[in-house]
Amino acid sequence: MDYFLELFFGGLTRGSIYALIALGYTMVYGIIELINFAHGEIYMIGAFTALIVAGVCSLLGLNLISILILAIIISMFYSAAYGYTVEKIAYKPLRNAPRLSPLISAIGMSIFLQNYVLLAQTSDFVPFPSLIPEFEFMEPVAHIMGSSELVIIVVTAIAMVILSLFIKFTKIGKAMRATAQDRKMALLCGVNVDRVISVTFIIGSALAALGGVLIASHIGQINFYIGFIAGIKAFTAAVLGGIGSIPGAVLGGLVLGWTESFATGYVSSDYEDVFAFCLLVIILIFRPAGILGRTNTQKV
Amino acid sequence: MRKIIKSLQVSFWFMFLTFPIMVIRVDTIEKTVQWRWLNLLYVGLASFFLSFIWRFLIKKKEEGSKKEESGEQTITIVQKIISTPKYNRPIYSFIFLFMLAFPWIVSTYQTNIMISALIYVMLGLGLNIVVGIAGLLDLGYVAFYAVGAYAYALLNYHYHLGFWTVLPIGGLLAAIFGILLGIPVLRLRGDYLAIVTLGFGEIIRLILENWNEFSFGPSGIANIPRPGFFGMKLGVEEATIYIYYLMILMTIITIFVVNRLQNSRLGRAWLALREDEVACEAMGIDRMKTKLAAFALGATWAGFAGVIFAAKTTFINPASFTFLESAIILSIVVLGGMGSIVGVILAAFLMILLPEYLRAFSEYRMLLFGAAMVLVMVFRPQGLIPSVRRKYVYELKER
Amino acid sequence: MAEAILEVRELCKDFGGLRALDHVDLEIYPEQIVALIGPNGAGKTTFFNCVTGIYEPTEGDIFVLDRKGKKRRINGYKPNKVTELGLARTFQNIRLFPNMTVLENVMIGRHTRTKSWIFGALFRDRRTKEEEKETIEVSYEILKKMRLEKFVNELASNLPYGAQRRLEIARALASEPSLLLLDEPAAGMNPQETKELEGLIEQIRDQEKIAILLIEHDMKLVMNISDVVYVMEYGRLLAKGTPQEIKEDERVIKAYLGEDHDA
Ligand SMILES: Nc1ncnc2c1ncn2[C@@H]1O[C@H](COP(=O)(O)OP(=O)(O)OP(=O)(O)O)[C@@H](O)[C@H]1O
Ligand SMILES: [Mg+2]
Repeated sequence: MDYFLELFFGGLTRGSIYALIALGYTMVYGIIELINFAHGEIYMIGAFTALIVAGVCSLLGLNLISILILAIIISMFYSAAYGYTVEKIAYKPLRNAPRLSPLISAIGMSIFLQNYVLLAQTSDFVPFPSLIPEFEFMEPVAHIMGSSELVIIVVTAIAMVILSLFIKFTKIGKAMRATAQDRKMALLCGVNVDRVISVTFIIGSALAALGGVLIASHIGQINFYIGFIAGIKAFTAAVLGGIGSIPGAVLGGLVLGWTESFATGYVSSDYEDVFAFCLLVIILIFRPAGILGRTNTQKV
Repeated sequence: MRKIIKSLQVSFWFMFLTFPIMVIRVDTIEKTVQWRWLNLLYVGLASFFLSFIWRFLIKKKEEGSKKEESGEQTITIVQKIISTPKYNRPIYSFIFLFMLAFPWIVSTYQTNIMISALIYVMLGLGLNIVVGIAGLLDLGYVAFYAVGAYAYALLNYHYHLGFWTVLPIGGLLAAIFGILLGIPVLRLRGDYLAIVTLGFGEIIRLILENWNEFSFGPSGIANIPRPGFFGMKLGVEEATIYIYYLMILMTIITIFVVNRLQNSRLGRAWLALREDEVACEAMGIDRMKTKLAAFALGATWAGFAGVIFAAKTTFINPASFTFLESAIILSIVVLGGMGSIVGVILAAFLMILLPEYLRAFSEYRMLLFGAAMVLVMVFRPQGLIPSVRRKYVYELKER
Repeated sequence: MAEAILEVRELCKDFGGLRALDHVDLEIYPEQIVALIGPNGAGKTTFFNCVTGIYEPTEGDIFVLDRKGKKRRINGYKPNKVTELGLARTFQNIRLFPNMTVLENVMIGRHTRTKSWIFGALFRDRRTKEEEKETIEVSYEILKKMRLEKFVNELASNLPYGAQRRLEIARALASEPSLLLLDEPAAGMNPQETKELEGLIEQIRDQEKIAILLIEHDMKLVMNISDVVYVMEYGRLLAKGTPQEIKEDERVIKAYLGEDHDA
């Protein structure tokens, strides 16, 4: 039973991170129908920024909690800035281009950002300080769930709640929903679509950075390549849940996290990623629009 | 003056943006921090000047697209030369002769690079059927390439089958994989197809990496024989030249095949499918069957290329079949201009040869590669040489 | 009387809670021009979509005569199968293949009338060559009939609006249908173009000897060329009759009152 619970919470942790990254994919896809391949790199940059902040701060002698908070805030801010800039350079000029062009541009951007970090920082794995403190009250259940896992789950949940409130009640949130439904119509109704797209990229990137900081300090090492596989997994999660759907991204992330956790725990750890993709294929065969995606018949 | 202020803003923005990653380097083990202020200066200067060029090019592009909207299909000089036999014959013959003479002019090393480039031409043209013509976004094309390569390596290892026997088998196997994958996934909408094919590519790679008994795992398979020449064993140099000519032949066959496909009933159905699936079905085109044909034919070519690749390198391992590979092949298709044979060939050469000859900048190679992909897309989203629709002159004469 | 070429019985179609078609009956006999009219949102296009296999009907039966003259129930058939049986359609919001030439668009319409596949494409055997030649010739003939010959090698997207509508008809005709379904062919045309279209539709019926089912908001066009008119409202059939009967029908006049149906 303990083993089961351990896998359960391990999967939940993993799934939370996938969900955080998947949100960025899903929101961007919902609005401009682009698979933003560079999103994983934004997450990676978030983790690196946090590493740098943590390094500088610990030299200044700050305590763990304030380092964690500073690292999260600064890396979210910087990732958002990167996301914003990437959109302006690589996607905005391609608004009316053939459908595949922005995708190639995104892949190019992803390669560029990976190598940018590789050159400016390092190609090796670097140890990442564990920024999340060990709570004493967690000790009795430590074999099931660690402190960092608790923090990840709680922080993710808070972020989700804030995001849904934001989208539901703010003006720009409403504009986002309108744009996702029908971009032309939103434009005609006076929505500043460019601004909506920018905000979407900013929010998505910030969430990815949050995920990056949390998982990096949980796992304890990063390199320039972590964005790729995390990005693909998160995108898988977004599609699983039904791309364009925000609750779908969260659900997809969790389902994916649990699948991986249980499959590696009970079956074999070699094929971790194979399980993820098999799950995707199976679900899409039975629900071609994802778990929560709506299969609306195309109007002809 | 306003322009300078704007560029200054851009420059400050980039200095700010790149500040943590470019300037600070933390050593978490030694607990030291390294400050590289000079980098900031470089970023500032570079972005200041580049922003002028950027704005200039964007402006030019916008003017261009306005012209296009008002006028007809703008056909560039290059496109014109390519589509008129009078001009293109001499050029093609020259290129052909040059390619024939190539291995005798340069070293084996160079010939090898050219073989790689030709393999990518083949892969590019194969994927061009799937993505460029039929409009099916396949991000896992490399899986079929791996199927071909491992087919040769394993069939040779276990059953000592020769290159020429395996070449068709490899193609066929890849086609079967294409059909098996295609049946469930081709119903999916465009971008879902993308992620599922990507997943399929990863699954194949992961299986090859982890199923040691079957594929020898990450260490791969070595000592794969080069193709024999009527039973003769060739030395490395002769074998390279032999493979080179083989590749030339295969490339020509590929061009021929793709060209024929494109101008056939099936090819038209693919193009139509790319444009509008609903209208296509209403015109009596069986969506599934037509897509499967594209998928299987594309896969076949990757299978062929895989067999040749294994024979050329004599060693394969899963690391040769990563997503990056699929991404490069896809970029070849899109950079070249979807559906345009000449464009795809040109792009394949650029994508493979440029990085090779850019080895001087070896560290910056992939950085520049990524940047180039973005830039080409931003300034030429339709690709280097967009395809031109065929004109049926026959009819006009009749009138 | 000859057998109906299309016979629809009690056809229903639901979209979630919305009943877009409610027990609709309709039949068309060879060489008839039948018009389907009704206010916006009445369910006319939905009716087309059900008949041509794009939507699956919720209830009811659709029978057509296939090319051999056999009566078949086609509920649940895929659109391409329906086209093979001899129904061809156009779309209300034009759905041409914009980046293909005008001739190629029509050649696509020949798909069901031709056979060559991978083998034929690669080896171009004699049969394929002949087939290809015939495809081009027939397509060109159709373009001529639709007065589009001067655009042959133009991209479809570069055509003026009226010509695009005619090209849709040409593309549908290329499959040599026994029943042609036109969804608002005159939409967006000026009065003169509409007049020409009227002539073209009658010419198609007379020359090809086929039946035509037509959705149209232009009452003049409808009343001039139809043999039978069906009127729909809120998914239900309101009336059926000759143009003269329809013009005088109380219910129809009421349904249309205040409706700017000539727009
Ligand atoms: N795919 C769909 N999903 C949901 N509702 C639909 C769908 N297609 C049509 N409808 C609804 O069915 C009703 C009938 O629509 P339809 O397009 O058939 O009308 P129409 O008679 O063709 O009108 P118009 O003259 O405007 O073309 C409308 O209320 C429409 O909103
Ligand atoms: Mg309609």
